[in-house]
Parts: sequence; structure tokens; C-alpha cells
Amino acid sequence: MSEKFDVRGLSCPLPVVKVKNKLTELKQGLLEVLVDTGTAKDNVVRMSKNAGWKVEVKEQGEEYLLIITK
Amino acid sequence: MSLKNWFLSRRIIIFTGAFIGIAATVLQKLGNPANMGICVACFERDIAGALGFHRAAVVQYIRPEIIGFVLGSLIAALAFKEFKPRGGSSPLIRFVLGFLAMVGSLVFLGCPWRALLRLSGGDGNALFGIAGLVAGISIGIFFIKSGYNLGRNERSRPLAGWILPSIMAGLLLLLLFRINLPTGAVFFSSEGPGSQHAPVLIALLIALIIGFVAQRTRFCTVAAARDVLLIKDTYLFTGVVSLLIAAWLSNMILGQFNPGFQGQPVAHTNQIWNFGGMVLAGLAFTLAGGCPGRQLFLSGEGDSDAAVFVLGMIFGAGFAHNFATASSGAGPGVWGPAAVIAGLIICLIIGYSMSDLTKKKLEDL
Repeated sequence: MSEKFDVRGLSCPLPVVKVKNKLTELKQGLLEVLVDTGTAKDNVVRMSKNAGWKVEVKEQGEEYLLIITK
Repeated sequence: MSLKNWFLSRRIIIFTGAFIGIAATVLQKLGNPANMGICVACFERDIAGALGFHRAAVVQYIRPEIIGFVLGSLIAALAFKEFKPRGGSSPLIRFVLGFLAMVGSLVFLGCPWRALLRLSGGDGNALFGIAGLVAGISIGIFFIKSGYNLGRNERSRPLAGWILPSIMAGLLLLLLFRINLPTGAVFFSSEGPGSQHAPVLIALLIALIIGFVAQRTRFCTVAAARDVLLIKDTYLFTGVVSLLIAAWLSNMILGQFNPGFQGQPVAHTNQIWNFGGMVLAGLAFTLAGGCPGRQLFLSGEGDSDAAVFVLGMIFGAGFAHNFATASSGAGPGVWGPAAVIAGLIICLIIGYSMSDLTKKKLEDL
């Protein structure tokens, strides 16, 4: 199952908090996250790795698509 | 490891904190006020004074550190393709939060950066400020957990991102050429903390490096505690601990460590309001998303909401000194305690009104 989660435009720490909440709801699978700042990208990547989830970063122009596997 | 990722490793955040701690104590040795090698709130207050926004003659100077933070971050953001002009996330609320953060900081006599530096210099009163800061951040976290959100920003045309860096460049010109108008402006203190400063170009260079590195590492003194409490992330906290230890060691070596509570430089011993001022500041910084340094770094990468917060702080500094809410070495200003209480009430209203506690979600509006 895959769904895209848009946290673009949100200021710190909302992107990472919202992604974390979303992933807590998700039992297993993929979550695709759209972020638009380096800080949000770094925070989400670090949080995911700390939780033991796999995360792949794809640059899309000036934005990032983060594919998190739980 | 790519250069981009290298900046985000644990080692580099430890280096960033240590560099800031050592740089601040060295700047102090070179002339900056005692236990105030770097203080974002105090230095913005000095800039407000230099421009004539307040009349406290002892705290008027255009601090190159503030200019360097913004321009250093701008250079890093341009070099790493992270200069993204954006804005429109409740700018007026951010202005008010900046205003209140400054009011609170000036009751304690320092921002989170200076709270750490005061402690590293042996000022025990800083412990009460730091405790207040953590309390304020904790209240902010409650609102964040309750859906607090100032709304999404939007990408804007490049000009919006260049405004604050341009203002900083203008301030640098005023500093370098020391323009003196018949009105008395630009005002430079001849005595007191405002008259104490490191050589301009050295301070500017150090601040440019800090701005550059902090933009890359996302260094933030408020997020350091917030991330530990909110998402159990110790990355930024490591940097802050590193700053504290490095500044302490450096102070010991430079002979600037004087432990105690009484007679500490630019500090008072009224612990209720040392604590209370920083509860207000911590809450306002958390509701705005980061410490005053971080707001400068974000401004450098084109975030005009952060720039509005910075302008709110400068406006707040003018208010704090004109309306006697700022403390002095003798203790809180006449209206300091009242301003802290009023500020806390305003922050609580903002926290409540901008969260899901109102039972009305942002998407529904």
C-alpha cells in the first residue's frame, strides 16, 4: 500500500511531527512524503532512521520525495 | 558521504556547538561584553538602540554578529541550492511572537544562546533562566501536540527572500561608515555594554562562519530541547551540550570563569523573573519554530516569515527599553513582571487559537 503525504510549506517541527504521527497509524508498508526544505527532509530522514525504518530520498526539482518503508 | 550529508553527521553538530562556544568566549576576550560573546537578543537590542528605536544610551551598537549570521547563512543557502524565498505563514503572529520573545529575553537578560554562555562563565542565575526556557518549550510542545499550526508558507519571488539580507547589508554600511546625522543617529554607546565590542571585521568573519555552518547543520538552541522532549531526537541537543562544554573550557583557559550568583556581569539575581522571563521567551520561540539564532539563519535562506520574527524582536527591544520592561543589573524593570504575565497570556491565546483545541481544524476554515 502506498500513499503520498504532503508536508510542504509547514514550518519546523510540524513536518517531522506529522510524518511521525502518520507512520504511527500505519502498521506496515510505504509512506511517500513530499517536503520542500532541506531542514524538513533532514529531520524526517533522521527520525525515520532512528525508528529503524528504511528511507529513500529523491530530489524532485527544488523539492524532495521521501519514500519511507515501515 | 556527500558534502551535504557530512554537514549533518553527529560529529559536525558537535563541532558547530564547540566552534560557537569557543568563538563566543574569544569574542568576549576581544572586547564583547562579559558572558555576552554572542547574544542574539542582546545584539538585536543593541541594533535597535543604534537606530534610535530606544533611548538606553548604554546599549546602542550595530552588532556585526547579527549581520554575519544572516549573510553567512545566505552564502551557505546559495552555495547548497537551499535559498528558497518563501513566506505567508501567519506573519503578523510571528511578529508578535518575536516581540514577546524579546520582552521575555530582556527580563532574564539574554536569549537561549546567552543563557548557555552565562552558565559557561559561572553565572548561576542562568540556571533559573534555562529552567524557565525548558518550561516554556514544554508548554509550546503541548500546543504542538494539540495541532498548533501557523499555516503553510508559499514560495515567493526572489525579492522577498532578499529583503532581510539587504537590510543587514545596509546595517553593515552604517557600521563601517559610522554615519552621523544631525539627529544623533546612528547612535553608538560611549559607555556600558554597547561600547564593548570586538574588532568589527573579526566579529563579522566569525559570525559569517557561524551563519554558514549553522545553516548547514540546522543548529538551534530551542529545537535542541524541543526535539528531545517531542520526538526523542538528540541530534541538536548534542550541539548545545558541546557549546556549553567548549565555552566553559575556553572560559577556564581565558580566565573568564567566575562562579557565583552575586555581581555577575549584565545579570540580576531575581530568580522568579529570571525563570519567568525565559518561560515567556521559550514559549514564544517554540511557537515560532526556533531560537533567535535559527530565525536569523532561516532569514538568510529566504524565509521571510522568520525575517518578520526578527523584525518583531527588534521592535520588541525598542518597546522593552522605552516602557521599562527590560531588566538591569539591579533587577527587573518596573513593568517587567507585568509584561511577562501579559506576554504569557498572549502566547497562551495564540497557542490555543492556532491549535485544534479550538475544535476547529485549519483545513475546515
